Amino acid sequence: MRRAYWPVTIAAALLVGLLAYGLTTNGTDTTLDAAVAKGERPEPPVGTALPRLGGEGSASLADYKGKVVLVNVWASWCDPCVDELPLVQETHEMMQGKGGTVLGIDVKENSGAALKAVDEFGLTYPNLRDRDGDFVRKWGQTGYPENFVIDREGRIAAVRRFPITQQWVDETVAPLLDEGT
Amino acid sequence: MRAGLLLMLALVLASPAAAAPPRASLPDIEDEVMCLECRTPLNVSTSAVADQQRAFISELIARGLTKDEVKAELVAEYGPRVLGQPEDEGFGLAAWLVPILAGLAALALVILTARRWRRAPGEDVPAAAAGEAGAAGTGLDPDDARRLDAELAAFDR
Repeated sequence: MRRAYWPVTIAAALLVGLLAYGLTTNGTDTTLDAAVAKGERPEPPVGTALPRLGGEGSASLADYKGKVVLVNVWASWCDPCVDELPLVQETHEMMQGKGGTVLGIDVKENSGAALKAVDEFGLTYPNLRDRDGDFVRKWGQTGYPENFVIDREGRIAAVRRFPITQQWVDETVAPLLDEGT
Repeated sequence: MRAGLLLMLALVLASPAAAAPPRASLPDIEDEVMCLECRTPLNVSTSAVADQQRAFISELIARGLTKDEVKAELVAEYGPRVLGQPEDEGFGLAAWLVPILAGLAALALVILTARRWRRAPGEDVPAAAAGEAGAAGTGLDPDDARRLDAELAAFDR
């Protein structure tokens, strides 16, 4: 090969390598789903604290250790998310008396729009803001809404990548509330 | 005198207006903003999240914010990714580095190619062979040059 073509070849190889790296690192991570499906309880991905919706300061999952937490990933521009909000609120009310809480993660929307939905549905559980979706991406997010149940040890006990139902709450969340009490 | 005063008054009144930044508009802003969920420019995005972002921008414009203020508010609400700028860490760093490296590689290629072209014709082929079949500077070896001559001669017939 002529000497002058070497830089082009190296540059092309680097670009192909970069593309491959991008495809492998930016794809959907199914590690959590696979672990939970096997009956394991993986640790949640390490994430930074998120700003509180409609409040001062920030919070993270670590602040809720010792409680059963239903993490509800939502946005008011997502119709299925809005549709499940009444049940999420009812679930929070049920969990509250048993050492549990719902923690809403509002994704990719301005706080004004999110707070409007909070008011409209009378949501009383805490909500954090994932402004650009970076937090939920680490949880292998594939769509909206998504729900994760965290046990009292701070481990992921259940994953539901679509809206919750009363039956799922009864079968999944309720037994976890009885654990370690 | 009166005309002069009127002219002065007009200039005084006009100057703040001229100094004021241009009024922001949705079409001017939405082509510089990304739809966060669709990962496409907002002006070509049709999803629900894009509609909400547009409504938010319109609301800010209605409040009298300038284009720069609107963009600052968007970054405050949605993070820096909303302006379509790649991150300066992790894989996003590649978006900054690759164009620079590609530019350097292209420059190196141009310099190498130019240096080859500038070489004297006699440099590639020894002087003795240079006269053979007009091969000098063509990069052909003597056998190929002879074959080429033969083909051309046949073509001329």
